Amino acid sequence: MRSPVIAQPPEEVSGSKRLAYRYRRHLGERFIETLLFLMAFASVAITIAIVAMLVKESFIFFEHVSLWDFLTDTQWTPLFDDAHYGILPLVSGTVVSSAVALLVAIPLGTITAIYLSEFAPFGVREAAKPFLELLGGVPTVVYGYFALLFVTPLLQKILPELPGFSLLSAGLVMGIMIIPYVSSMAEDAMRAVPMNLREGSYAMGATRFQTAIRVVMPAAFSGIAAAYILGISRAVGETMVVAVAAGMQPNLTWNPMEPAATITAYIVQVSLGDLPHGSIGYQTIFAAGLTLLLLTLTFNIIGHFLRKRYREVY
Amino acid sequence: MVENPDEGHAPLVEANTARYKSEVRSLSFYYGAFSALKNINMKLHEKQVTALIGPSGCGKSTFLRCFNRMHDLYPGNRYVGEIILYPDNVNILSRDVDPIEVRMRISMVFQKPNPFPKSIYENVAYGLRVRGIRQRAILDEKVEEALRDAALWDEVKDRLNQLAFNLSGGQQQRLCIARALATDPEILLFDEPTSALDPIATASIEELITDLKDKVTILIVTHNMQQAARVSDYTAYMYLGELIEFDVTDTIFIKPKNKQTEDYITGRFG
Repeated sequence: MRSPVIAQPPEEVSGSKRLAYRYRRHLGERFIETLLFLMAFASVAITIAIVAMLVKESFIFFEHVSLWDFLTDTQWTPLFDDAHYGILPLVSGTVVSSAVALLVAIPLGTITAIYLSEFAPFGVREAAKPFLELLGGVPTVVYGYFALLFVTPLLQKILPELPGFSLLSAGLVMGIMIIPYVSSMAEDAMRAVPMNLREGSYAMGATRFQTAIRVVMPAAFSGIAAAYILGISRAVGETMVVAVAAGMQPNLTWNPMEPAATITAYIVQVSLGDLPHGSIGYQTIFAAGLTLLLLTLTFNIIGHFLRKRYREVY
Repeated sequence: MVENPDEGHAPLVEANTARYKSEVRSLSFYYGAFSALKNINMKLHEKQVTALIGPSGCGKSTFLRCFNRMHDLYPGNRYVGEIILYPDNVNILSRDVDPIEVRMRISMVFQKPNPFPKSIYENVAYGLRVRGIRQRAILDEKVEEALRDAALWDEVKDRLNQLAFNLSGGQQQRLCIARALATDPEILLFDEPTSALDPIATASIEELITDLKDKVTILIVTHNMQQAARVSDYTAYMYLGELIEFDVTDTIFIKPKNKQTEDYITGRFG
């Protein structure tokens, strides 16, 4: 550094230098902290922005359509001359297709998780996991065509009155699609259960199955519940499969054998650009999007409380 | 009874076999290629406490876990030799014997209390439930008896339906002992049962072990030599997978025959 420094007493020099160095390091720390904070904040900010945008645009919609009509009208025909704006048909389509999907994904996903976590030998588990992950990596539009062109004809052989588009077919395929999400999260939760709990169960003379059902599953309950909630959110938010295989006519029905549109399928349809920007029909997608958001938010909140209520205490 | 010319002799033989609950014959154990136990021979005295002592890694826990075939849970483990269980002379290490059958007769209490995520009642009833017992009256009776034997009944009788995790560490360990007792085991294995507990809880567990030997044969692994001296009737000193010396506890602690045992006991080593 500067030459006079050398002439000064050593303690003083090192003292002042160290202070300067610390200060500089502190500034560096502050900079990194700020950077990290901004990055972390970005995802929060984007979420807030999306919600704000949905609320603002929905507001415009609700200036034209009353909330009461939106929630109680049994028809959803914003593109017709005689326009009705009842969200119920879209909600029913979403609920029915999700229910079918979950009836497939939750049992199969749970059984897969139990098998992989508690029964499968090491080699089998290592071989099976990539396949399950692959199942989760297939583009959803491929699942949609799989439902439409393979599953529906197959189902029609058993149920001849099944139409070409149906919530049943879309829901079944959606369920298969969700299995890996449910199974991999549930398996992680079960494998996180400490070995000493399992040993305690085996030492009491329990079989593998008894140990899995009576000890491991209750111990992993909160993680398994989180897996189910994720599965529900995936089913409710899934778009391509239902858009391709369930038909796109809004239809207030609780019968999975009928075609119907879901909230997501409707948003796709409108977003394709048939409607002029700013028209009331166009605004409907924001109201529909907000409804969808509220639905998934509800499940996430339920999941959060389940997790808190049944927090693992090992 | 048939009159027998050997009558005078017979009761002696009877008494001799009745004294032993189990006999270990040339037991070796392998984790893959690693030989963890080498040719162990010893006898477990019925309704007595036998302690296994030795430095870390000497194989005492490995030995204990042979008695309930815990090693069967993991691949690559291999037993050689026999552990005979009396009075029926069955080799519990035999391939023909189902490990679950063995665990039905030999219970275990672990190092760290490991209650299940269930109520206090269901924790104790667990072993009975996995045996298919459903009648409430039998369960109630067995649960109460086991909790009394584990000196826990008075503390928990009013909150049997609460989650077991709410108990203190010492209570959890006594709950685990109650769980192990509920199925009326013939041998109770303890794997360093007090190493995770404070001195007061440790004292209560030790007292419990001494009380329990009227009912059950006990084999206990301990790190703590004073504990072995306090609770056990027989002590086995192990080192590097071998049984160095096995004798009455007083003999082991006062005048061991083996130099290695003496060095360990007197604290010159270990």
